[in-house]
Amino acid sequence: MTDTAPHGDTPPSDTPMVRFEKVTKAFGDLTILDRFDLSVPRGEKLAVIGPSGSGKSTLLRVLMTLEPISGGVVEVGGEPLWHMDRGGKLVPANEAHLRKMRTKIGMVFQHFNLFPHMSALRNVTEAPIHVQGLDKAEALERGEALLREVGLGDKMDSKPAQLSGGQQQRVAIARALAMRPEIMLFDEVTSALDPELVGEVLAVIRDLASEQDLTMLIVTHQMGFANEICDRVCFLEGGHLVEEGPPEQIFHEPQQQRTKDFLKAVLEV
Amino acid sequence: MIWDWSYAWEVLPVLGDAAIVTIKATVVGYLFALVGGLILALMRRSPTRALAWPAAFLVEFVRSTPLLVQLFFLFFGLPELGIRLSPFATGVVGLGLHFSTYTSEVYRSGIDGVARGQWEGAKALNFSTYRCYRAVVLPQAIPPIVPVLGNYLLTMFKDSTLLSAIAVMELLQVAKILGSDTFRYMEPLTIVGVFFIVMSVVSATGISWLERKLNPRRSA
Ligand SMILES: Nc1ncnc2c1ncn2[C@@H]1O[C@H](COP(=O)(O)OP(=O)(O)OP(=O)(O)O)[C@@H](O)[C@H]1O
Ligand SMILES: [Mg+2]
Repeated sequence: MTDTAPHGDTPPSDTPMVRFEKVTKAFGDLTILDRFDLSVPRGEKLAVIGPSGSGKSTLLRVLMTLEPISGGVVEVGGEPLWHMDRGGKLVPANEAHLRKMRTKIGMVFQHFNLFPHMSALRNVTEAPIHVQGLDKAEALERGEALLREVGLGDKMDSKPAQLSGGQQQRVAIARALAMRPEIMLFDEVTSALDPELVGEVLAVIRDLASEQDLTMLIVTHQMGFANEICDRVCFLEGGHLVEEGPPEQIFHEPQQQRTKDFLKAVLEV
Repeated sequence: MIWDWSYAWEVLPVLGDAAIVTIKATVVGYLFALVGGLILALMRRSPTRALAWPAAFLVEFVRSTPLLVQLFFLFFGLPELGIRLSPFATGVVGLGLHFSTYTSEVYRSGIDGVARGQWEGAKALNFSTYRCYRAVVLPQAIPPIVPVLGNYLLTMFKDSTLLSAIAVMELLQVAKILGSDTFRYMEPLTIVGVFFIVMSVVSATGISWLERKLNPRRSA
């Protein structure tokens, strides 16, 4: 990473973009994340892998503020996400704080979650216009450019139902990018797609990964893809980070028996 | 008793005026119920208890007492609180409030029918609560409930006859007065009946037109 001097309220470049410190997340008696620690530097492309139910989605949903935490601290850009600083004390965040923090984060979901009553273009421009207050012409320009970038220049006026799954997911990626987030979260974004449509979506994410400053957290079962574009891979199980390291290490010489078992099972399928 | 056409023609214009009152009371009351029901539904879903609880209480309370009792309550009670409304206005408020509690449940079911992923998509884009309802949730929640909301218009037409009990000069009240003046009830009451049949056909047609317009895919 380049060592540019921090300016404005940009945190120094050694401040992690995302930091989990002893984060616990429980649903009733069921503990999903158990004193979970993780630090993601700015610009890192992090793959999160693990068996079903290991808490991968929960991890991303906590970051997107869709799921509150039960304990610990999550920091985004050096600032607490679920808490606010009140005279040196951390108190639970209010909606205003959450809304401020959300501006840094975008998320793409397994089932797209596009708005079915809006055209592709309107899906992409609605938030820039009404959340960021961008003027309409500028938002349209931004939206059209993004849809062209994901290869949907000719589908701007189509409703989601008129698009294939792969096209819908590309609209969803453009929609999240239109808010200019610093962190992008991808939760198994190709799992709901027919196999022949996976490639077009991965290609878009691969392009995106070339952006130096964008931090990406990618939950995926596509080990080859994670190996190709990610700087680091985390293996989660039972609410703990079992093992992490560069893809070469995790995929080729995992240290932990549980990682080996998981990869063996996945790669056999 | 034999049907007297000349008497029927004679009372028709008077009943026509009364029909206008019925239509006005129903339509204004219906608009009240459409807006009021939405407000109650949103209040009930609010995380702020100071909003959710009064709304829940009002809905349960109003739904478990008869409309006629509520009309009397407003008609005799409001003046004692120093609020003077005409019988017509009292009737409209009573009808509107009563049916707001029913439409609020309809809105609630419509809103519950919107997929969780839609709320999450809106949140991930940092929509405000207002923008989330306005742009994402309500446009999906309302089209499927149009037929049910529309049915309440028919019900309200019929129930507007209860306004006769608080001296609103609507159709039934006028028909009763005509009848007691001449001792001929059959003609005015028949005309009233025909009016309600016509109104229900007209509203049903309007509603199904609206339904087709809002849910184009379903009829295709
Ligand atoms: N809202 C909820 N209420 C109760 N339990 C939940 C809730 N959401 C998730 N869970 C549970 O939390 C556990 C972890 O879920 P999570 O979705 O994070 O797993 P995952 O690693 O993403 O799995 P998958 O690979 O199947 O997507 C699961 O056992 C799930 O049943
Ligand atoms: Mg998951």
